Amino acid sequence: MSLIKQTGGYVPRDRNWQPDALTPAYKTSIKRSPQAALLSFPTTLSEESSPVFGHKLIGELDNDLILNHAQTGESAIGPRIIVHGRVLDEMGRGVPGALLEFWQANAGGRYRHQKESYLAALDPNFGGCGRTITAGDGSYELRTIQPGPYPWPNGMNDWRPAHIHFSIFGHGFAQRLITQMYFEGDPHIKLCPIVDALKSQKAVDALTALLDMHRTVPMDSRAFKFDIVLRGQRQTYFENRKEGL
Amino acid sequence: MIQKLDYLQESPSQTAGPYVHIGCMPNFAGIDIYGGDLGAQMKTGAVQGQEITINGVIYDGTNTPLRDVMIEIWQPDAAGLFPSANETRGTPDPNFTGWGRAPGNMETGEFMFDTVKPGAVPYPDGRMQAPHITAWIVARGINIGLHTRIYFDDEDQANAADPILSRIEFPSRIPTLLAKKTGEGAYRFDIYLQGPNETIFFDI
Ligand SMILES: [Fe+2]
Repeated sequence: MSLIKQTGGYVPRDRNWQPDALTPAYKTSIKRSPQAALLSFPTTLSEESSPVFGHKLIGELDNDLILNHAQTGESAIGPRIIVHGRVLDEMGRGVPGALLEFWQANAGGRYRHQKESYLAALDPNFGGCGRTITAGDGSYELRTIQPGPYPWPNGMNDWRPAHIHFSIFGHGFAQRLITQMYFEGDPHIKLCPIVDALKSQKAVDALTALLDMHRTVPMDSRAFKFDIVLRGQRQTYFENRKEGL
Repeated sequence: MIQKLDYLQESPSQTAGPYVHIGCMPNFAGIDIYGGDLGAQMKTGAVQGQEITINGVIYDGTNTPLRDVMIEIWQPDAAGLFPSANETRGTPDPNFTGWGRAPGNMETGEFMFDTVKPGAVPYPDGRMQAPHITAWIVARGINIGLHTRIYFDDEDQANAADPILSRIEFPSRIPTLLAKKTGEGAYRFDIYLQGPNETIFFDI
């Protein structure tokens, strides 16, 4: 006899853990935060499905920000690093086939964007974006330069800690997530109103990548480890749905 | 010692910031890479069903359009089948991706999707849901992506029977979830983050 595994919906988002929409020290959130209560519903097929991104999509240099916007024979300027880790779900299972997109400022803290006005120089060999798809065990890696901290208009003297933005697509639209990775030991982490939207030191730590000497490439690149956790889907051997689904 | 529940916490969200385009739609941001932006086209050939466009603007609490926003939509094909790896109810339209990603125009904030009218999909208990599209909004100032749904104002009967719409505590807010038909195959769906017309956002 074989038991048929039923998949239930996604575990609800823990709103006591995730940041609130309104965090006044991050001023822009004041007029961009919904004020009515969110409408809570169990996930349906619309949230339990997602587009498929095949490994074929990814070009050879897509996860190499040092080279993917560089002239032939040249490379981006800055401390060379590898960022690696796994995409897991809340049950600790690796999430294979997840699409990760990442973007960041250059080593001087400058983004390549028409609305960016920081006076730090652009690096002609650095675009600032990359992407990859997780392997069968949920693992991924990328190569880049360590981004610089940068000032931003909020308070009179607010600086972002060095960070890499991550966008993650898992297997269900309910898992859709955008977040940021910080670097162990950055003194700006404690000062940043965007980081401060997080509700606990544990949440800050969950976004702080550790230096990983085991994955460092000697005489070439340091490495940082950053795991990402997506919402988990309930699994049960007990049917709780009517026929037709 | 008492046993432990060894679950992990979901990674906390952080704002997409003002430069989300660099990572998610670099070609729109002027970075020539990947041979095009993901999600820019939802159709890869002749599609089944009714082709539609959905235009809209996302407004903040001062009624100013968000010009740095990114909106993603996800929906089934015209027959109600998802182009998803876990779709087991049939074969979805091979020329339809179901997934679109659009920026707000950098001057006007207007976004546009060229898609198909979605078919109906069942609720977990087997009742049919009204045709709808799932939407997700990120931008500077938004700490965690906002989920909402786009239903259609020309689907009165289906909307009235929809398991979610029919259980909304404040029925006066339901119109915030309805795309308005503005012409043949054309719909408008404006989104308000705050104010008297605040769109219903979902914790789903
Ligand atoms: Fe940033």
